[in-house]
Amino acid sequence: MHRFANPAQFNRLADSVMPWAFSVMVLTLASGLYFALFDSPADYQQGESVRIMYMHVPAAWMGMFVYMVMAVASFTALVWRHPLALIAGKAAAPIGAMFTALALITGALWGKPMWGTYWVWDGRLTSVLVQFFLYLGYMALWQAVEDDEKAGRAASILALVGVVNIPIIKFSVDWWNTLHQPASVMRLDGPTIHSDMLWPLLLVAVGYQAYFVVAFIWRMRLEINLRKLSVMRMNEVAGG
Amino acid sequence: MVMTHLPKINVSSAGAFWALVRRDVHLAWAQGGASTLTIGFFLIAVSLFPFGVGPEPQVLARIAPGVLWVIALLACVISLDRLYQADFEDGSLDDLVLSPVGFLGVVCAKVLAHWLSTTLPLAVLAPFLGVMMNLNADGFVVLIVSLLIGTPALSLIGSVGAALTVAVRRGGVLMSLIVLPLYVPTLIFGVGAVDAAVNLVDPLPHLALLGAVSLMAIVAGIWASVMALKLAME
Amino acid sequence: MTEFLNMGGYGAFVWTAYGLSAISLVTLVLRSRARANAVLLQVDAMRRRRKEEG
Repeated sequence: MHRFANPAQFNRLADSVMPWAFSVMVLTLASGLYFALFDSPADYQQGESVRIMYMHVPAAWMGMFVYMVMAVASFTALVWRHPLALIAGKAAAPIGAMFTALALITGALWGKPMWGTYWVWDGRLTSVLVQFFLYLGYMALWQAVEDDEKAGRAASILALVGVVNIPIIKFSVDWWNTLHQPASVMRLDGPTIHSDMLWPLLLVAVGYQAYFVVAFIWRMRLEINLRKLSVMRMNEVAGG
Repeated sequence: MVMTHLPKINVSSAGAFWALVRRDVHLAWAQGGASTLTIGFFLIAVSLFPFGVGPEPQVLARIAPGVLWVIALLACVISLDRLYQADFEDGSLDDLVLSPVGFLGVVCAKVLAHWLSTTLPLAVLAPFLGVMMNLNADGFVVLIVSLLIGTPALSLIGSVGAALTVAVRRGGVLMSLIVLPLYVPTLIFGVGAVDAAVNLVDPLPHLALLGAVSLMAIVAGIWASVMALKLAME
Repeated sequence: MTEFLNMGGYGAFVWTAYGLSAISLVTLVLRSRARANAVLLQVDAMRRRRKEEG
């Protein structure tokens, strides 16, 4: 019964992590939002619209981060057949899809006043859109195959194939010289962004990480409970 | 274990491998086979564009590289639907993977046969459609070269989608959803090369990147297809 | 206050970005929690029924 291994260990861990993650989330997001909206300078070129950055950039980071979480979970599930790893990938996917969608939407809302257009087909935007489609494909594959175990492993293979998109996203702004500005925080030679803007950005980013932990735990619980329910239903059919 | 232990291909299995390639190519070209239909789709779909966007030669010339590449890509997706499914459903896939050819051999043979019988003819036909689309004369050679370099990636990446959805009923739509995003890099560099040639810019960087995509597709595509087929046939 | 909401003329864009982000994040986590709890209730109900039936 390795397949339905008892997730008690996860539950214990989740119970002890949850209050910490929740408090970090509230503190960092509240302070981050305060700085982002009230106590950070307007950009000398972009004016007040630069405040969209504090929503856009962390969401984009999270879209990639959650994809990597999903990929590691998929790898674990395929190689070691850890039963919780399959569920972890499934639980992470909607959160990552949401962050990716938010990155695209807030990017469009920032692009309109700055570039004069909601959307351009440049490398960064296109590769992030591909990432969003990969999340959708992953979730659709889970839905399409009836056997959960098989569905999960098929989706995991797709998730691993899609990892090639991550470096494309990261380096797209360097490879294609287009509208999207190059990285200004995640640089080897240190961030080029002003520290008054860096602080709120990092606070929101940490807040989003904590949010991910909270949301991920709830989605894990949901998937574990669904698994329990389907096992009980199967037993009922088999027993009666 | 799930990790694939790649079997050594010995002489006897090489014979079986080529027999499988020949069989698949033959089936694809048989009456009502996938290749003839796919090529028909390619011709008809491209010839819809002059009706859709108007017959102005400049407009057609401008969009020709993109249209030819996108339609070739869609034609490929349509033909992939049955790559593994027919043999999976009638059980002959079980015999094939148990034969000396093995999973790796089956995947390689089927992808090779699909490329030879379906996507390669698209590359050969593309210049003729290029004439119809008023493609700039400077673009023809690069169009063929880019399709020759890029179409293996189409077959390989498509094979992953086909293998992942082989056990799904009416999996064709799901397969497109999975495969089309993965086609984006191939499309970008393929069209980029032709556009560069048309605008008298050196297309070599695009072609090199396209080659890199195809090489990566060989490694990742075959690995993922083998994994997915093994999973479906457990 | 009006000046703050106006965001130098970019108010519509800024507030839509913040609003959509907030709504999405809150909705996702609350919906997940509600569904997790609802399914748990179903599991418990099933367990109880099983026990009663012996």
